[in-house]
Amino acid sequence: MTDTGTASSPSLDTPGNGEPVLSVRDLKTAFRTGTGWTQIVKGISFDIGARETLAVVGESGSGKSVTALSIMRLLSPETSRIEGSVRLGGRELLTLPEAQMRMVRGGKIGMVFQEAMTSLNPLASVGDQIAEALSIHGRFTGAAAEAEAVRMLERVRIPAAKARARNLPHNLSGGMRQRVMIAMALACKPQLLIADEPTTALDVTIQAQILQLIKELQREEGMGVLFITHDMGVVAEIADRTVVMLGGEVVEQGQTEDIFAAAQSPYTKTLIAAVPRLGSMTGKGQPEHFPVVDRKTGVLRPAESRPDTVDHAGQPVLSVRNLVKRFDLTSGLFGAVHGRVHAVENVSFDLQAGETLSLVGESGCGKSTTGRAIMRLIEPQGGAISIDGTDILALDKARMRDMRRHIQMIFQDPFASLNPRIRVGEAIAEPYLTHKLGTRQEARAVVADLLERVGMDPQVANRYPQQFSGGQRQRICIARALSLSPKVIVADESVSGLDVSIKAQVVNLLLDLQQAFGLSYLFISHDMAVVERMSHRVAVMYLGEIVELGPSAAVFKNPQHPYTKRLISAVPIPDPSRRAQVRKVANDEVRSPIRPADYVPPQRSYREVSPGHVVQEWEGDWKM
Amino acid sequence: MTSITETSPHLLAPEPSRLQALKSIILGRPGTIAAVVVIALLCIVAVFAPMLAPYDPLTQSMLKINRTPSWENWLGTDQFGRDVLSRMIYGSRNSLIFGLISPFCAAVIGTTLGVIAGYFGGIVDRLLSRVIDLLLAFPELLLAIMIAAVLGGGFWNVIFVITIAFVPGFARVARAQTLAVKQEPYVEAAISVGVRTPVIIFRHIIPNIMAPIVVLMMLWVASAIRLEASLSFLGIGTQPPNPSWGNIIKDGLNNIFGSPWPIIGAGAAITLVVLSFNLVGDAVRDALDPSTSQN
Repeated sequence: MTDTGTASSPSLDTPGNGEPVLSVRDLKTAFRTGTGWTQIVKGISFDIGARETLAVVGESGSGKSVTALSIMRLLSPETSRIEGSVRLGGRELLTLPEAQMRMVRGGKIGMVFQEAMTSLNPLASVGDQIAEALSIHGRFTGAAAEAEAVRMLERVRIPAAKARARNLPHNLSGGMRQRVMIAMALACKPQLLIADEPTTALDVTIQAQILQLIKELQREEGMGVLFITHDMGVVAEIADRTVVMLGGEVVEQGQTEDIFAAAQSPYTKTLIAAVPRLGSMTGKGQPEHFPVVDRKTGVLRPAESRPDTVDHAGQPVLSVRNLVKRFDLTSGLFGAVHGRVHAVENVSFDLQAGETLSLVGESGCGKSTTGRAIMRLIEPQGGAISIDGTDILALDKARMRDMRRHIQMIFQDPFASLNPRIRVGEAIAEPYLTHKLGTRQEARAVVADLLERVGMDPQVANRYPQQFSGGQRQRICIARALSLSPKVIVADESVSGLDVSIKAQVVNLLLDLQQAFGLSYLFISHDMAVVERMSHRVAVMYLGEIVELGPSAAVFKNPQHPYTKRLISAVPIPDPSRRAQVRKVANDEVRSPIRPADYVPPQRSYREVSPGHVVQEWEGDWKM
Repeated sequence: MTSITETSPHLLAPEPSRLQALKSIILGRPGTIAAVVVIALLCIVAVFAPMLAPYDPLTQSMLKINRTPSWENWLGTDQFGRDVLSRMIYGSRNSLIFGLISPFCAAVIGTTLGVIAGYFGGIVDRLLSRVIDLLLAFPELLLAIMIAAVLGGGFWNVIFVITIAFVPGFARVARAQTLAVKQEPYVEAAISVGVRTPVIIFRHIIPNIMAPIVVLMMLWVASAIRLEASLSFLGIGTQPPNPSWGNIIKDGLNNIFGSPWPIIGAGAAITLVVLSFNLVGDAVRDALDPSTSQN
């Protein structure tokens, strides 16, 4: 590796000399608010050595991203105040003149953000953008910069880099865009890479690829990595050392292995206990609560065993047969169909009373579309959906409205699924009053009861949704869904947007409610580990089709379809001792379900592996 | 950005009271305070016009034609010997009525059309949108002149003309906002519990699109006042002998070299009021929608 431009002190590149690349001492950041200064980061200190990865982990609002922005001095000096010391290779950054700081950003410190799409200029080709980063710091100019940009794209393992360099950001998939961001960040051979939740928005198989890529590049470049994340699984996967943040303070810091093996602070214990572990459920065959840690004492209370809630004998409450939903892609003046998105293709399953069936898969696999079709928020092209034996696709508008009592939905984004202008009490009462199940007086009593059921104070009924946190809002959404005493609840990524510890609480709540009311859940999620804990049965979806369906224990213990295997192997393992192992990660993209207009989906056959566990016969494109 | 633990009983933000919001609108900037004072004065003058005006605005006097300002007639008299100051005081009623009624009517009609187009989509949307585009293609003043030329002047015609000129803007904004709000999960949540369409529109959509509509209304109060003055100046607005700031300027033009004071007085009044409504409109926008705020 020849270093052509950056004049870094040579001592930094030799590993193990003890001199840290980045040294943060007593960093304090405050933001100006209406009432004065609010301290966000309250004095944190850490070091990052060359070739070392430090993870800063914490839940939303812990100040972890503000820490990164403070180090880069990307906060507006008018609305923020940074104190303390940040030294990069011995040089103090906080007092550096802005012009020199600009050379540090991108030159000495590279940064990768969560949203690759918004971090790239949509109007310039990715090759040009990398070339720009190279020429700003004077490493290359003109044609040399362009050639170097292509080389950088190759380094981040982008296939056909030369052709890809001419693509605009929107032509690339999310994973590819994140690779481009990493290429840009590494363009000037920085001493430090700051990665702020770089894989949070990505599918799990793509996340595994990106983590692997960062690890490999770090080894090749010998740089320090500051990795910001909320996911303890990712921490275990990537970090040598870990800093746990809560409310702007460091609650624990140390070697990742030590923290996982024997966390000191109760908060860290809560975080680790809440991490869903794939494989922790094998052999149990029944959903189970997350273990609960007492926040004050740190004592772990193991999950109680749970009775079998499934009504095995009765008729299924929800039955889906050969569901098909395609979206036409039109072009031109007259809207000629030039292609179709085969979002849901020939999907069939049953759901018993008291059972949880999970639909898992990555973005674009059609799992949400299936849920929305079952709710009749969109009209499917074909197939049958029956609730308690009634075919709901045949119902007219008025009778469908009545039918909606029996099937309710909980959405992903708890911030958007409550009307900001309506008090939560009214929001919960709305379904009840719409279906004229009682008077306003009775509705008030129902609301109070439901709020208590979901673990909230009935007094809060008079408040507006903005006054609650994400987890509290999701509880309110659950209360609203329950107000009609439905038989089936479609939960579309309902816990995906929540912090780990909150996620565990909401999952536990859903399990409690299932036990209390005999609810059936259609649990739509991309999070394999939560699915394993929550569900009785699992259906794996890929490109609109169910490729594998069976009891949760069977699917996770004995996956048959190559896609299921790939999905399971990509889930981060919260066990730092296995970090050194290089996992084989397929560098494939998630394929697109867009087909030409004349495409006829192939006839699929299914093979039964064990009772209730079926797998689709796959074709040659799946190499084992 | 403080840490919120799930079990903590305290909630995220205190409920911002309406009064506080209003306070922050009014006291935000010195310019806004001045603007509010001007608007308050305008309202007082309009309401108490009979008590404040020294003369009857319609009484003509052959003895006092085209006088320059004096202690008797502060802004002089016009070519019929009428007191210009009294005419301006009564004219403020005209400006205020047109300025408030037309944008309000336009907001009601435009929002209705926009919400219908946005929510139902399809052929309804295409038809309404094309009509709106057609109206938008003409500048407001030109459109108003065209309609006024066909219908003639007069109080209700002027209201009608200005309203029509303003409807497309409201419809556009309402349609775009409806399209955005319609995608929100809380609307889907309402559909999925079986709430009827009219209830969804009135309970879930309209309250959530009102902020930009209100802002637009505030800003167009100023335009309506200006438009009414322009139409009156052109002789198709308020019909003489009724006073309006627009036709005071028109009448003053005949004697601009004898006494420029009617024009200066009415012109300054229009400028001041239009500017004030614009400033307050900006403040309301910043208060209701912090994302567009400059600071």
